Amino acid sequence: MSVFINKQTKLVVQGITGRDGSFHAKQMMEYGTQVVAGVTPGKGGQKFEGTVPVFDTVADAVQATGANTSVIYVPPPYAADAIMEAAASGVSLVVCITEGVSVLDMTKVYPFVKERGVRLLGPNCPGLISPGESKVGIIPGRICTPGPVGVVSRSGTLTYEVVYQLTRAGIGQTTCVGIGGDPINGTNFIDCLEAFEKDPATKAIAMMGEIGGTDEQEAAEYVQQHMKKPVVGFIAGQTAPPGRRMGHAGAIISGSAGTAAEKIEAFEKCGIGVAKRPMDFVELIRARLK
Amino acid sequence: MNLHEYQAKDIFRQFGINTPAGEVVTTPAAAKEAARKFSGPVMVKAQVHVGGRGKAGGVKFCKTPDEAQEKASKILGMQIKGLTVQKVLIAPAADIATEAYVGIIVDRARKKPVFMVSAAGGIDIEEVAATTPEKIKYHAVDVRYGLMPFEALELGFFLYKDAKLARGAAKVMQQLYAAFMANGCSLAEINPFVVTPTGEIIALDGKMVIDDNELDRKPDLEALRDVESENPAEVDARENNLTFIKLDGNVGCIVNGAGLAMATMDLVKYYGGEPANFLDIGGSSNPEKVVNALRIITADTNVKAILFNIFGGITRTDDVANGIVTALKQNPLKVPLVIRLTGTNEEIALKILADHGLKASSDMDEAVQQAVKLAGGAQ
Repeated sequence: MSVFINKQTKLVVQGITGRDGSFHAKQMMEYGTQVVAGVTPGKGGQKFEGTVPVFDTVADAVQATGANTSVIYVPPPYAADAIMEAAASGVSLVVCITEGVSVLDMTKVYPFVKERGVRLLGPNCPGLISPGESKVGIIPGRICTPGPVGVVSRSGTLTYEVVYQLTRAGIGQTTCVGIGGDPINGTNFIDCLEAFEKDPATKAIAMMGEIGGTDEQEAAEYVQQHMKKPVVGFIAGQTAPPGRRMGHAGAIISGSAGTAAEKIEAFEKCGIGVAKRPMDFVELIRARLK
Repeated sequence: MNLHEYQAKDIFRQFGINTPAGEVVTTPAAAKEAARKFSGPVMVKAQVHVGGRGKAGGVKFCKTPDEAQEKASKILGMQIKGLTVQKVLIAPAADIATEAYVGIIVDRARKKPVFMVSAAGGIDIEEVAATTPEKIKYHAVDVRYGLMPFEALELGFFLYKDAKLARGAAKVMQQLYAAFMANGCSLAEINPFVVTPTGEIIALDGKMVIDDNELDRKPDLEALRDVESENPAEVDARENNLTFIKLDGNVGCIVNGAGLAMATMDLVKYYGGEPANFLDIGGSSNPEKVVNALRIITADTNVKAILFNIFGGITRTDDVANGIVTALKQNPLKVPLVIRLTGTNEEIALKILADHGLKASSDMDEAVQQAVKLAGGAQ
């Protein structure tokens, strides 16, 4: 079992003929994801890799192939529109990998997507993978293995680090979800925790947050009030100076708010196991799976 | 990107907000000259990207042009929270009857621009929020409709009982909202939002922060960037598409990915060391990025050891290895180097490094401990 994507996921790739889109479309196909269509305006009628039909619009792609999920690799100035195009086309999940989308654009995109009942993951995220079933995005398939742990994170490579260590220790994953590092994103920690709580195959959850905002603090309260499954958490940015954007647009301590210390305190208060180092996840998760 | 007060005020004026005239100068003599033009008392205000300028002595009231010259000579060159004051704004001093606060931020939780207004102006709004939250009114704007007139008027009446002032304030809020949206801001504030004894509303001080993601499509705003007010190494890094933030420690860190970079710095601290920087080489596999990263880090004389932490996903570790080898050929290192890499093309990377007498670890924890030790051990 898994959350958000599985073997039935039929994927349309927006920006499939671009540099990033074509590279990752091939990787996803190799992993076994059903890539049923691609979209590049003006290249409708072509075939990607000789097999995947390319369409001018997402609406055409969905109508012709029955795609239910979209992944976006288009450049930042066009990404907000691409998300709304996907949401309007009838897919139920839109994953936006693109980094650098304007935050004010996202204030328009968010209500547009919500009103249509569509789930948006990202932007500025690595996507998600349900090991052995499907991958949508850029998470390297070979570092994952099927198993009982749900993984959710605001980061890319930090997630890979933790997942890789879990895999090496023989602890597999149901689904690994990267929610992205931007201040306004479509799916937050609580959305993922809720999905993992409902997923019978998930037995424990690993959660990686970082400085900035209050998403982790709200997630901690949610865990305390609504979850039976054990959660282990980590916060990156304990050494980050206030007022500086640490790579991710959302990773910034504003004034005195959004520090690692306040998030870790919220975790501790709400019964979340705190990993002091990324490598601590292995033992903390193992103990909770017994 | 932060704008200076004078730049924010220029934008306010474009949107019709009443803002006192001012002149930016870089020498005490020019300060005197500017003060003379305004004929009357002036304020001399340091233009630096930090809060608390007044408390630090960077804002002074001056009765005469001579006094403006004298105060400017003290403020220019002054250090405020580590930044050197290069420019001062000379502006006519205003008569103040009341001071309020009007600001807009992008609220992450509400996912909307949110107005914050308070009759307790002139001071740090965070302090007001912490001590007397009831004095602040919040209003989230649905960007598809914008700030509607009745909403602006509600905010105006929260500040002033007098209908004329409330209407005047409402108009400024509409103008500020327009400026905020048109310039891709993440913050815009007027503090203090002043009413003079004659009932005139003026934006006495202004602040704007532009979302960095807007700068590519708004070259006019990018042109406002004050490179001289930034750390030179950070400017160098940005021009080479690296994200770099200088810190005070002695372990130089080169990492791919922001989350992993922060976690690496934290782990350095965990083992008793101090990170010298945040540096994210990003996802692409360009050996040139590694060369630039090493050049920027080795320029910091505090750095006693350099740590690479690379988890190859999109980043190919062999490209990073090639970058390291190229950089070392150009500039042999004077400090020890610890390399941790794992992931895509790891075997090729290890061979490239071995051919040049370099070793790499595949374990992050082990590599960080070693780097801390080589930099002189726990502090």
